[in-house]
Amino acid sequence: MAQHEVNYLSNGGAPIALTTVDKLVNFGRSNSLWPMTYGLACCAIEMMATGASRFDFDRFGTIFRASPRQSDVLVIAGTLTKKHAEFLRRLYDQMPDPKWVISMGSCANTGGMFNTYATVQGADRIIPVDIYLPGCAPRPETLQYALMMLQRKIRKQPCKLAQKAKRLI
Amino acid sequence: MRSYTPKDNVQKQSYYNDRFYVTPKLPRQSAYSDSTFSADYLSLKNVVDVKEAYIELDHLIVHIEPQDNIKAIKHLKEIRAYDMMMELSAVDYIASRGGFEIFYELMSISKRKRIRVKTFLKQGEAIESVNPLFRMADWSEREMYDMFGIVANNHPYMKRILMPDDWHGHPLLKTYPLHGDEAARWYEVDKIFGKEARDEIGPEIRDSAAIDRYDTTRFARLGHEVPFGTQISEGNEPDTKVQYQEEDTPEIFGRKIVTPFDEVETKHLEERR
Repeated sequence: MAQHEVNYLSNGGAPIALTTVDKLVNFGRSNSLWPMTYGLACCAIEMMATGASRFDFDRFGTIFRASPRQSDVLVIAGTLTKKHAEFLRRLYDQMPDPKWVISMGSCANTGGMFNTYATVQGADRIIPVDIYLPGCAPRPETLQYALMMLQRKIRKQPCKLAQKAKRLI
Repeated sequence: MRSYTPKDNVQKQSYYNDRFYVTPKLPRQSAYSDSTFSADYLSLKNVVDVKEAYIELDHLIVHIEPQDNIKAIKHLKEIRAYDMMMELSAVDYIASRGGFEIFYELMSISKRKRIRVKTFLKQGEAIESVNPLFRMADWSEREMYDMFGIVANNHPYMKRILMPDDWHGHPLLKTYPLHGDEAARWYEVDKIFGKEARDEIGPEIRDSAAIDRYDTTRFARLGHEVPFGTQISEGNEPDTKVQYQEEDTPEIFGRKIVTPFDEVETKHLEERR
């Protein structure tokens, strides 16, 4: 009976791919970022446009989920008022680790033009933020770019380590 | 780039002051110059004490005593057919006159006319709620209470409507600072983390023009992105190449999982299809 010769050392030798666990896990994580369906103000309109067919977030594996329990990413899309800050923190706490936060637009970054008593001056006073996306409101392409930057960030970090506390916790 | 000037105290600065500016006054006509309004005015005068009445911008404006507000509005609604209340709020005149001016904007659909009922309420006094006459007054009076601290008596649910329930102060008063008082500035920190977190989080940065280009913990410059918290200084700002995700993907059978982007082979469209 003829033996089928397999050269394990060449690339096509066997159905084996060599990679690191980090790369494999991060490959999965970064390509299935599920953001929470959570809009605060006009930036949410741009976020909806990004999710819809013309700009199509789905091709990044980014599908909006309606529950914090199933989400990896929190896009803070809009003005965060002081009355609402408590609820944002609660939703963030309900998301399972690992989780990431994109602060979308000027209002979420710094309070923006609402330099008043009722607006949180930067969402990073409440929750740690990974990506600050400037713009008022940012175009959908910019949100996609922010997501790609986040993917890059995820691919660079080791997957096994517990996430470092970024600022407050 | 514009030059940076500290803007810690924007409210105190007066950028432009015209010494000869005179606030224009709207022309006022007599309440008798319009036949509908004169009938309304004469009818209302028999019911309550009208201090002043005139027509301004096609509105009849009547000034009444604060304790007469229910009687006057009821008369206008039921007898004079002003069947809609459009708006209700107050204006802070504490500094100049020691109280609030409360106004009720009424409209008649059948007559196509609008009447504004104004009354002056001293600080600390309460006004009777017009909620039994117009359901619209429910939220408006709550807003008036929230923003000015004016209590409406016999209101079904006298509670803050816009600000949180544990908010301190009434924001639309002219004495209330735009950037908030001590309680407002630390509201979310105190509520979520507790007062002991104030030192760790730090005060609010109110100057939106303050950008430190060497601060990599808050912002990254496009094309010069560095990892979080990297120390950079002038001249030491590395350029970041545009990276595509397929460059990092693992190889299987000598091929990458995602086909790499080839700029040469890519077809460029001359015009939009």
